[in-house]
Amino acid sequence: MTLPEPQFDDLYRELILDHYRRPRNRGSLAVATRTAEGVNPVCGDEIKLDLLLNDDVIEDIAFSGQGCSISQSSASMLTDRIKGRTTAEANQVMGEVRAMLMDGAEPSPDLGDLESLEGVARLPVRVKCALLCWNVLQQGLTTPANGA
Amino acid sequence: MTVSSKLDVARIQRDFPILDQEVNGRRLVYLDNAATTQKPRQVIDALVRYYETSNANIHRGIHTLAVRATEQYEGVRGKVAAHIGASNAADIVFTRNTTESINLVARAWGDANIRAGDEIVLSVMEHHSNIVPWQMLAKRVGANLKYAEVRDDGTLDLDSLRRLVTSKTKLVSIVHMSNVLGTVNPVAEIARIAHAAGALLLVDGAQSAPHLPLNVGAMGCDFFAFSAHKMLGPTGVGVLWAKPGLLEEMEPFLGGGEMISVVKPDASTWADVPHKFEAGTPNIADVIAFGAALDYLSELGMDTVREHEKAITAHAIEQLERLPGIQIHGPHDVELRGGAVSFTIAGVHPHDVSTVVDSYGVAIRAGHHCAQLLMRRLNVPATNRASFYIYNDERDVEVLIEALRHAIKVFANDAA
Repeated sequence: MTLPEPQFDDLYRELILDHYRRPRNRGSLAVATRTAEGVNPVCGDEIKLDLLLNDDVIEDIAFSGQGCSISQSSASMLTDRIKGRTTAEANQVMGEVRAMLMDGAEPSPDLGDLESLEGVARLPVRVKCALLCWNVLQQGLTTPANGA
Repeated sequence: MTVSSKLDVARIQRDFPILDQEVNGRRLVYLDNAATTQKPRQVIDALVRYYETSNANIHRGIHTLAVRATEQYEGVRGKVAAHIGASNAADIVFTRNTTESINLVARAWGDANIRAGDEIVLSVMEHHSNIVPWQMLAKRVGANLKYAEVRDDGTLDLDSLRRLVTSKTKLVSIVHMSNVLGTVNPVAEIARIAHAAGALLLVDGAQSAPHLPLNVGAMGCDFFAFSAHKMLGPTGVGVLWAKPGLLEEMEPFLGGGEMISVVKPDASTWADVPHKFEAGTPNIADVIAFGAALDYLSELGMDTVREHEKAITAHAIEQLERLPGIQIHGPHDVELRGGAVSFTIAGVHPHDVSTVVDSYGVAIRAGHHCAQLLMRRLNVPATNRASFYIYNDERDVEVLIEALRHAIKVFANDAA
């Protein structure tokens, strides 16, 4: 009795696995103007973000941490999407990601790879994994500059 | 290897209505028994029957229903006593859960007996419910906590415990069976160590009461705490057993109705034990249904339950060990352990494992299992845990292994 293997298309799309296995912008910045970190106490996911802000432009960004494929790929996609963009655009993307994950909103066409996280919205226990890096980003954008 | 035991598992499975369903298009395989067990029809029926035929408040009424409900409720105390080999049903206190039982001891015994500079000895493998109440007590009275170590093989380091227990020690509080490692601790030996130093021993039996033949006298402990919902019973019922005489010496935990003898404007006197510790209307219905759970286990026989779990756990460990990159946290010898099996797989996060396995209809746990000190000791953020009970069989292990192989294929192909 061998049933066909269940498919994980909804959750584990190729893009998620790709960002998990080959994370973009992983590490830390030699010079960072903002640093923020957060943990998910339930599962132990950890994300730290280094940001290099020049006025309102995110000139560089790097993430480090550990955790499940959803938390780590979400962070990788985050850095990919907002690097070189303005803080206003980062805030807009953050709002769109939250709407998609928390309210089940249709993904905005400008989300790029982040659209692949859409299926996570159907698994309430995993939503917080995907949101962790975004909460850390919000903290990073609103806390005082390093050394200030 | 085939699992054989005296349990008629197919017949047992038919007693559990919840198991007769599909999850994600597959037969439900429930392997989260260390968190809570499923309930047999007999327990569900007892709950409904109570509300349909006997519902009344207990201990106060003269009318027929009140007497009937009181008799049913009090009758369960004797069944609990029999389950743990206690000689006296009056030494059984009903609480909400293991956590409340431990908090009761920390408040009602701890506040009166633990002073500034005294020490409480715990272990690194404790559940948060056997850590946090003692941290709160230590803060109130200025006492200190000490933690016995866990060896690399997942057993308790008794030598470190011996070193920590001194004349300053007033209480040793240790888990009987670890909810993460499955390790069964040598509580009788720990009782000798504690008593030689003049300390009392509390045993957290949340994981052992459902799975092991028990005798509190042979264990030599002073307090024993456990929960009904992990042993076929309803949620909302816990048990505290105390060595005869101890409860009499203790002040009440909560004040209110049911626990008094005479109330005057300025002071009151207390009811006899165990009622002194059961303020307010208790969880009558669930205690009575817990009686049906104890009957169910008693009919199977706890020796038979233990034998079945040893067989299914040995089979599961043997199958799990064949998976690439797997590490099992805890003893491999089933003589030293129960049926909670924690593992991690290189390159696959426990949450990803749990999600893939769930798509096969298999319920396992992923997380720190309320044991963050132990997670740090094992140097992992989280583990997966499969835990077995009387209705689990070889087929369940087979589906688990198939699902884990798929998880490894999806996530670990770079690491493997």
